[in-house]
Amino acid sequence: MNWLTPELLAIVLAVLKAVVILLSVVICGALLSWVERRLLGLWQDRYGPNRVGPYGMFQIAADMLKMFFKEDWTPPFADRFIFTLAPVMAMSALLIAFVVVPITPTWGVADLNIGLLFFFAMAGLSVYAVLFAGWASNNKFALLGSLRASAQTVSYEVFMGLALMGVVAQAGSFNLRDIVEYQHQHLWFIIPQFLGFCTFFIAGVAVTHRHPFDQPEAEQELADGYHIEYAGMKWGMFFVGEYIGIVLISALLVTLFFGGWHGPLLPPFAWFALKTGFFIMLFILLRASIPRPRYDQVMSFSWVFCLPLTLLNLLVTGALVLAAAD
Amino acid sequence: MTASSAQHTPSQPPATPDVVAELQARFGADSLTVQDTRSGMPVLWLERTLLLQVLDYLRHLPKPYVMLYDLSALDERLRTQRRGLPAADFSVFYHLLSIERNSDIMLKVALQENDLSLPSATRIWANANWYEREVWDLFGIHFDGHPHLTRIMMPPTWEGHPLRKDYPARATEFDPYSLSAAKQDLEQEALRFKPEDWGMQRHSEYEDFMFLNLGPNHPSAHGAFRIILQLDGEEIVDCVPEIGYHHRGAEKMAERQSWHSFIPYTDRIDYLGGVMNNLPYVLAVEKLAGIKVPDRVDFIRVMLAEFFRISSHLLFLGTYIQDVGAMTPVFFTFTDRQRAYQVIEAITGFRMHPAWYRIGGVAHDLPRGWDKLVQDFVAWLPKRLDEYEKAALQNSILRGRTIGVAAYNTAQALEWGVTGSGLRATGLDFDLRKARPYSGYQQFDFEIPLAVNGDAYDRCIIRVEEMRQSLRIIEQCLKHMPAGPYKADHPLTTPPPKERTLQHIETLITHFLQVSWGPVMPANESLQMIEATKGINSYYLTSDGGTMSYRTRIRTPSFPHLQQIPAVIKGSMVADLIAYLGSIDFVMADVDR
Repeated sequence: MNWLTPELLAIVLAVLKAVVILLSVVICGALLSWVERRLLGLWQDRYGPNRVGPYGMFQIAADMLKMFFKEDWTPPFADRFIFTLAPVMAMSALLIAFVVVPITPTWGVADLNIGLLFFFAMAGLSVYAVLFAGWASNNKFALLGSLRASAQTVSYEVFMGLALMGVVAQAGSFNLRDIVEYQHQHLWFIIPQFLGFCTFFIAGVAVTHRHPFDQPEAEQELADGYHIEYAGMKWGMFFVGEYIGIVLISALLVTLFFGGWHGPLLPPFAWFALKTGFFIMLFILLRASIPRPRYDQVMSFSWVFCLPLTLLNLLVTGALVLAAAD
Repeated sequence: MTASSAQHTPSQPPATPDVVAELQARFGADSLTVQDTRSGMPVLWLERTLLLQVLDYLRHLPKPYVMLYDLSALDERLRTQRRGLPAADFSVFYHLLSIERNSDIMLKVALQENDLSLPSATRIWANANWYEREVWDLFGIHFDGHPHLTRIMMPPTWEGHPLRKDYPARATEFDPYSLSAAKQDLEQEALRFKPEDWGMQRHSEYEDFMFLNLGPNHPSAHGAFRIILQLDGEEIVDCVPEIGYHHRGAEKMAERQSWHSFIPYTDRIDYLGGVMNNLPYVLAVEKLAGIKVPDRVDFIRVMLAEFFRISSHLLFLGTYIQDVGAMTPVFFTFTDRQRAYQVIEAITGFRMHPAWYRIGGVAHDLPRGWDKLVQDFVAWLPKRLDEYEKAALQNSILRGRTIGVAAYNTAQALEWGVTGSGLRATGLDFDLRKARPYSGYQQFDFEIPLAVNGDAYDRCIIRVEEMRQSLRIIEQCLKHMPAGPYKADHPLTTPPPKERTLQHIETLITHFLQVSWGPVMPANESLQMIEATKGINSYYLTSDGGTMSYRTRIRTPSFPHLQQIPAVIKGSMVADLIAYLGSIDFVMADVDR
């Protein structure tokens, strides 16, 4: 048994941990469909799915069965390869971004020193899923949806990056573990970087195409937009991808602004899960409560309001960091 | 009542004959034939050559007839009771409405079968467009100078003109229907939109336009409604609304149903309006029959009609907010509608389509305990309305989406035949319940909400306030419900009061005939307009002295409202169109009939 060196064991353990984490993210994402529907039900004076299993918890199993057995339909007028590629990207891009999120001091997939940049890269890639879907579907509604998506992503990613630069400047690192540790030693970033938090939250909602930034889908206008031609599991992957996006953005909000796993009494994982769960609920509450602005209003909100705000935040943070360094 | 005594009953002279005198002085007394009807307005027959001049003259009088309220036709060929009317195989009528005079006038033109054509009135009233297309489609009468005279209700491949008397009314009179693959392809191809047919360019100097087919199945089309958008990016350059997907031929069915058995069909015209739809129909039939209903009937009818106004407006409110992207309020308004339905169900026994009004009364008396139910509802709703206003209608995103969107002014509204909240949102105080009270509305104390901007937001705010006013009316019904019978004591009341039937043979026979054949209405014409949930709805009935209507013209508010869309929405974004469609408050059954 001399091939079982401690190094190999460490590698196997790391891989196992990674698989466990990513699988739980996917499962969480899928379960969120049930959570969202139940919460919406609660807020909307109705039940939501409550038939399968206790409180309808196994609804997801029923939904999966349904989706797997649906015809895996690719429209004859679609571009086959890209049409299939789009849902894969939708699900994987943000899932891969999750590797940089530190869950507890000992759990986390990868400890990249460019962690945040990696997230930006993956978030940038995820828009291709929508673009590909819209283009390959060869459908006018889908095309309009993906046009909206690209315009919206371009606008919102500009200040999403800038919004976090204040955090990076203060912590002096792109590494998420360093950022969490910095918050533990000093102050949670929600206070010094409040403007950064607000704008990153808005950008995060926009990146996941959640209401009120669901312009690319906009059921009332585009009748589901970019995924109008999708059915079965391909559609399911878009859906799970959207929920993974919610989990990811919530986890990042916790990591970057709310001290990550830190908190009194409870174990680190419990704190991380609780805080993330709170933001996930916030995403769902947003969807339940507000109307959708018009597409051009969304764009002008980004350029006229959010971008100057992040720039101001960055400027002030930069000045303070410089002043402290002197 | 036997057939011979039902032939012809004289009616009162029209209330405002001065316009008739004016016209006679201007165009010569010989050229105009005055018809004596019970429609409450002067009805004049004139020569085809005079038509456009007279229409133009009325349009530009001092106190003008600003609105082309209705335009349709009648197949006169089988009509037997035509005393003193010009010889005609077909007649086309123009119903004009004057706001300042608060009165109407109807012009009719006689046409012969071998020469079915008229000059188009589209240059005088823009909204003559769809009405003339409908007449062409259903009667085969041609309009010279019409910009696009094609079928509107029936599919483009249809043969024949369904409202003609020689056109069969039942499926069993046709060959069995079959759809071969070739025929299906043909039908599909006929539905393809060709921009050139509508005088549209496929591209401008610099860019190509996208033609987006919105509907007939689309989440925000509110039914089977198709609208083809010419898009430059997301901006609407032009659009073509297409209707007819919900056409059921209600007007044709009316010619096969007894006066009584047509009532349930009316419920399904504006399918959110319930018994509100019965009201103009039974009022028009009662005018023909000369029935005056007891006070209690008026009050019961008003109360239930207002319940349905609230129920329809609640659905409007929920879907309107949903159309601008907020998903939650619609569930709450449906909870409120459920409350309304509990009262409606307890009183009528049905929910959406009670068909509960009767000729000369209502189907039953109010049940015991109705007042408690009504009281509960009146106490429940105001708080909820305040909540919607606070949570949804004052929301800045919603206001940003709807204020200044799809706005039109009073003149434009009248030009297109807009009535109801859409008209009052432009600031014009015209509500039939006040302007021309019917069914006892003059006895109630309520206000007419008005707005000034005529945009998508104002149309919504007005309807919320209308619900509050409807609650006031219901409350007054509750407090002052008169005692008395729920049916008029009149030989044509249907079904007749039962009490005396078992005591003498004459009453028994009358009862039997009325229930089996249906009542015979005196030969005449009558018309009743009401302020329905979505605007002014009217039934124009022509009786030839039979057990069935000779012609039932149903004028619905949603039809002109949809016709107006291109004029309002050009230059706006796709999302604005959705907010606009939500704010119109239409149902396709009310458009297509």
